[in-house]
Amino acid sequence: MSEAAFASKEEVSVSETTSENTVEQPQHSVIGEGKFSARDVHVFYGDNEAIKGVDLEVESHKVTALIGPSGCGKSTFLRCLNRMNDTIDGCRVTGDILLDGDNIYDPKVDVVQLRARVGMVFQKPNPFPKSIFENVVYGPKIHGLATRQDELEHVAEVSLKRAGLWDEVSDRLDTPGTSLSGGQQQRLCIARAIAVSPEVILMDEPCSALDPIATARIEELIDELREKFSIVIVTHSMQQAARVSQKTAFFHLGELVEKGETEQIFTNPREDRTRDYITGRFG
Amino acid sequence: MSELPPTDWFSDAMRQRTARRYRRDRIFRGVGLAGIVLALGMLAVLLVGIASSGYQGFRQTQIYLSVELDVSAFPGITAEDVANDTVDVEKIRKGPYGKLVRESLMAMFPDVSGRSNIRELNKLVSVGAKNQLRHMLMADSSLLGQRVELWVPSGVDVDGLVKEGLQTDVPEADRRLSDQQVEWVRQLDERGLLQTVLSDDFISAGDSREPELAGIWGAVVGSALTLLVTLIVSMPLGVAAAIYLEEFAKKGRLSDWIEVNINNLAAVPSIVYGLLGLAIFLNFFEMPRSAPVVGGLTLAMMTLPTIIIAGRVALAAVPPSIRDAATGLGASKMQVTFHHTLPLAMPGILTGSIIGMARALGETAPLLMIGMVAFVVDIPQAFDDSATVLPVQVFLWADRPERAFVEKASAAILVLLAFLLIMNGVAIYLRNKFEKKW
Repeated sequence: MSEAAFASKEEVSVSETTSENTVEQPQHSVIGEGKFSARDVHVFYGDNEAIKGVDLEVESHKVTALIGPSGCGKSTFLRCLNRMNDTIDGCRVTGDILLDGDNIYDPKVDVVQLRARVGMVFQKPNPFPKSIFENVVYGPKIHGLATRQDELEHVAEVSLKRAGLWDEVSDRLDTPGTSLSGGQQQRLCIARAIAVSPEVILMDEPCSALDPIATARIEELIDELREKFSIVIVTHSMQQAARVSQKTAFFHLGELVEKGETEQIFTNPREDRTRDYITGRFG
Repeated sequence: MSELPPTDWFSDAMRQRTARRYRRDRIFRGVGLAGIVLALGMLAVLLVGIASSGYQGFRQTQIYLSVELDVSAFPGITAEDVANDTVDVEKIRKGPYGKLVRESLMAMFPDVSGRSNIRELNKLVSVGAKNQLRHMLMADSSLLGQRVELWVPSGVDVDGLVKEGLQTDVPEADRRLSDQQVEWVRQLDERGLLQTVLSDDFISAGDSREPELAGIWGAVVGSALTLLVTLIVSMPLGVAAAIYLEEFAKKGRLSDWIEVNINNLAAVPSIVYGLLGLAIFLNFFEMPRSAPVVGGLTLAMMTLPTIIIAGRVALAAVPPSIRDAATGLGASKMQVTFHHTLPLAMPGILTGSIIGMARALGETAPLLMIGMVAFVVDIPQAFDDSATVLPVQVFLWADRPERAFVEKASAAILVLLAFLLIMNGVAIYLRNKFEKKW
């Protein structure tokens, strides 16, 4: 079968899934362009309050950077957005987090589906110890998005191309994902995340384990991915936040100190603590 | 605050310190090496000892017999029956084989006379000789009326004498063979009617009261059946329990309590499991005594904690990043566990299981409690047949007064070790296979 035939099939299946989503998720009174809307979110690890009342909007098709010193709760907040904190014993979340107007902490919400809609890329590249192909198609397989071999191959190709990895691995899809270099592994993880066509991608310091060249590639990629997905990225590097994000939120000691346009945060912060942090006086 | 003095890295004190550090390194390495050499030496002594005495257990002395199968000696069988191939098998079974063997021996030593002398002569061959003749004839009735030649097992005392090189320096009163019998054996040897050969009888036969007829196969099959039950029961149950406790159960006081108890169960003496098996399986469920199914279940109870602990350790060793990756893609807990965690933990689980199974294979005490210590001649055919297992067989033979059983016990240990090696080999093969997939 030709490439074109694959492509047309893909278009059909993608539009089907998106239309299904819109049917299932009727438009609520969405505030602004908000994809995510967090209201008074508190997170407790046992008795320790890690997040102290955060309100934050995440806008569609923009990159939102969460910055702040270590232990400020930015990763914890990120992990609330796809309920990864559920897997941690003793972790409790209060407040509302709305995704397209629906509270994701509602007991009726299916966590599995939520995590498919809100994909995640982790700090350390963590490909499955399986082939590159198996890595990418795992998500589509378990969600039943693609079942036949040709469909899976198509998903793998589209996802790897979008993650900018196709040219490097197209001739060795059977080799283990763990045999790739660090930067390639991280792009594989991004390909794996976008293979299920999520609406939002959460990135938890995706470049902290990579060298500057691999980092630059990932940053380029993030900029491209913004067209199709909303992205929330946690980063330690303020330069990175300045380069890739449109919105920035500064966390300190579990509080959201300041949020706004990236340019404004970095050039004209309103809060002293923000200024001190971005000018390198602490953190 | 004063400055620290500069360090002189080339002072004598520093050189001595370096030399001392090197010396300690060398001593530690030397002690470690000595320990390993000592352990290997001990192992070699053990194996060589067992092998050199067990090797004789696989060899059997045989005596050549030429037997005239006269039809007239068989009551109720006529020459026509043989010619028409209508011989009643039942009548062949009842044939006078003892007499035939005796007459064959007397033909070899024509000058022996008198009842007691003939009885002495007859003791040279095993009581198994007549059975061998019977089996031969029942398999082929056309041999009736012909002269057949066969090697039959010698009596155990002859076997011992031959294996010691036909030499004996013990006074006649203190040994089981008389001077006359020793003389006959020497004559047989000179005439080439005596041989000691590697025989598969030991491997293929069941237990027997006669050392020369006793074989290990009954115990091998018993062990195989028992371990199969153990494996089928304990492995899925143990792995399932490990998965539940490690992946699904809420960590809390209850799970801590369960963990402590499982660890304690792993340390409970095995005979206690035997008592438990006796109480539950035999007394309460009234399952058959001495049966591999009961032995297997008892050993499964004993192995379960080991497998659970090994399984939990293996599961806990799987990097959390893999779980995160799958969870982040929207895999359910079940999918994360069975697609990723369990396959990655499988090599460790297999290693733990094989350690448990190896322990079960070598276990004697709990099986004594449920009657697997019985003297069983037949090869077990089913899970509820009476059976014994290899270590119990070793125990039984080592307990026998006859000297010949010593080499049988050593040979049985060799078989037990071979069984263990095969089991471990299979486990290592499986483990590598699982590891290669990734």
